Order: sequence, then C-alpha cells, then structure tokens
Amino acid sequence: MAANPMSQFDVYRIGPEIKVGAFDISFTNASLFMILSTVSVLLIFNLGSKKNSILPNKIQLLAELSYTFVSKMISDTAGSKAKPYFAFIFSLFMFVLFCNMFGMIPYTFTVTSHIIVTFVLASFIFIGVTVIGFIKHGFGYLKLFVPSGVPAVLLPLIVVIEIISYLSRPISLSVRLFANMMAGHTMMKVFGGFVISLGIVGGWLPLSFSVALTGLEILVAFLQAYVFAILTCIYLNDALNLHH
Amino acid sequence: MVKKIYFHSLFFSFFFIKEAFAAENGGMPQLNPEFWVSQIFWLILTFGIMYLVLSKLILPKISKNLESRKSQILENIEAAEKQREDSDAKLKEYNEIISKSKLEANSIFNQARENALKDIDAKKQVLDKQIDNEIAEAEKEIDTLRKNAPDKINKIAIETSSELLQKLIGTEVNNSSISAIVDDLSKRNGDKYYGN
Repeated sequence: MAANPMSQFDVYRIGPEIKVGAFDISFTNASLFMILSTVSVLLIFNLGSKKNSILPNKIQLLAELSYTFVSKMISDTAGSKAKPYFAFIFSLFMFVLFCNMFGMIPYTFTVTSHIIVTFVLASFIFIGVTVIGFIKHGFGYLKLFVPSGVPAVLLPLIVVIEIISYLSRPISLSVRLFANMMAGHTMMKVFGGFVISLGIVGGWLPLSFSVALTGLEILVAFLQAYVFAILTCIYLNDALNLHH
Repeated sequence: MVKKIYFHSLFFSFFFIKEAFAAENGGMPQLNPEFWVSQIFWLILTFGIMYLVLSKLILPKISKNLESRKSQILENIEAAEKQREDSDAKLKEYNEIISKSKLEANSIFNQARENALKDIDAKKQVLDKQIDNEIAEAEKEIDTLRKNAPDKINKIAIETSSELLQKLIGTEVNNSSISAIVDDLSKRNGDKYYGN
C-alpha cells in the first residue's frame, strides 16, 4: 500500500460514519487537515494581531507582512474597488497556502491535491465574480466577451473564444492547483520509492533528487497559493473594472 | 519544463516498479466520489469559519494596528519637523542678535573714533592758533627790534664817538655834527649789517 505513489491521496474516514440525509459527511483525514490549516491560520494571525507595539515582534511582523503583501497584490491587480473583497482573498490565499504547506510535512495529507476541493473553491470564485460583474454592470458585463478594436468579420469567432475561455476559468483554476500538488507529491513519493528499491548503493542519486524536490515543492506550494489568489484578483478586476 | 520532467519521471517510475503495485492500482483516489460530499461539507465549514473570524475579528485588528503605527510614525515625524523648525527659528534669532550687536559695536566704535578725531582736531586748531599768535607776536617783536636796532646803534656810535672825541681832544663836540656823520655812514654801510 505504502509503495503506491497515489495512496497518499487516499481519503479515509476517521471516527464514525456521519450521515445527513443521503449525504455522507463523515470526518476524514481531509477534514482533519482542513481544520488544522484553519486553526493554525487563525492562531498565527490572532497572536499576530493581539499586541500592538510600534516595533512588532516576529509573529506580529509575520501577520502584518502577510496583510500588506495580500493587500498590495489586490490593489495592484484589481485596484481600489476590490477592497471589500480583501478578507475573502486573504482567507483564500492563507487557506490554500497552509493546506499546501501542511502537505509538505511527511505522512500528512494534502487537501489541495484533491480536484473536488479546488474545484469547489474555483467554482465559488467563478460564480461570485460573475454575480459581482452582473450586479456592477448589469447586462453591460456581457461586453467582456466583445473586445474592442476587433474587425467585425472576426467578431463572432472572438466572442465564442472569449465565452469558452471565461467558462473554462473554474476548470483551469482548479486543475492548475490540483495537478501541481498531485504531481509534486507523486514525484516525491516515487523518488522516495527509488531510494528504497536502489538501496544503499544506488539510492543516493534519487535521495539527492528528493532533497532538491522538497525545496522545489515548498516553492511550488507557495507559488500555487499565490497564483490562485492572484488569478482570483484578476477575475475580480474583470468584474469590477470592465475595460476590454 | 518542470512539469514535463515530472511526467517523464512519473512514466518511468511506473515503468520500473509497476510490478510492486500492479495488484492494487485503483487509479486516482481523487476521482473516487465516495468522500466528495464530505470534503465539500468540511471545506465550506472550515473555510467559512476561517473567513468569518478573519474578516470580522482579526483583519480589522491588524489593519488598525498598521494604521495606528502609521499615524504614530507620522506624528513623530511631524513633531521632529516642528522641533527642527523651532531650532531653526532659534538659530536665526541668535544670528540676528549677533549681527545686530556686531553692528552696534561697529557704530559705537566709529562714533568713538569720530569723537576722538574731532577732539584732536579742535585741540589742534586751538594749539595752531596759539602757535600762530605767538609766532606773530615774536615776529612783531623782532620787527620792532630790527627797526630800533640801527637807531640804538647810531645813538651808541654817536655817544661813543663824542666821548672818544672828548677824551682825545678835550673839548665838547657838537652832537649834531657827529650824528650827521654817523647817519651818513650808517646809511652807506647799513646794508652790510642788516641786509636790507
């Protein structure tokens, strides 16, 4: 079982089966790591916002740097109109980042390596952004699909392409995160398996690879959380400042 | 590029150790819908709680902290600026006082010098006048002396010559004839003695 590089993605029930109607909402290892991520985020940021000293201590600095990092990211990509959505994007970034980072600890479960989780997040963003766009611009939001300065002959084609690209947003957003996480973790598992199968003689090469991959995966974990958040900002920018 | 390497390695890994898990190869667990509902439920629950707590409690506090720090720093900068301005004003005042007192000292010095010069001038004038007067008086005296000198000499000559004659001849000689001779002589030789 442990040799299968995909077995790390198995979801299994912890504790009894909980059923609400026809739905199984049992507590699983995925739920455990979602709760762990949430609790650590809340703990860190609660500690980081408790005291207000002019010279911040380490944890306060961490919280404030994250705050300014995300707030700068939002104002850079979506402008000042996106301020009411700051808390959502901040939570999104932190949730994805912590789930990714928890996955980097050996023997843990990576919540974001499951397509259903990333897809729910991405669809929520997609639906939310679309609703915001229609509230802000009414049917004028449909102008998003009609870029200005396109020759009339090409317009039908362009509109179709734009609509397809718009509709594929939740898929691309969710698959990007899920695939990156899954591929990285599978790679690490595979190289770990090589270390064992090649033994003390030949195992050093995959081991060094494993070490390098761990560093790369930590980078990817951060980068994918960042990409997820910044793409959300870009979609939000389309909905808030309609200028195509 | 990185992804390509991933998938290549994935492919090779399957190639190498496919025997190891050929028996339990059930595909991707991600596509098994058994726990999808549970994952969605827990995702919404945890993410919702996280969002609510962050947006209602924690983020406003952090933002307030940042704001208060910013304002405090601005206040401090303002205070520092104010103090600098104050010190600048003080420095200016000080410089003004110094330059004013320098001017004052200069003017006092100049006045004193002028006064002294005036004093000296006045005294010099008085002295000059005195000297001039004295010179004039002396000249007058010399003049009178010079004027009187020939007469006296003549008189002495007359008296001496009359006495000489008296002793030589034993008779009194008429003074008037002697004086006529002396006058005549002095007129002729006067130039030799007095230079006029």
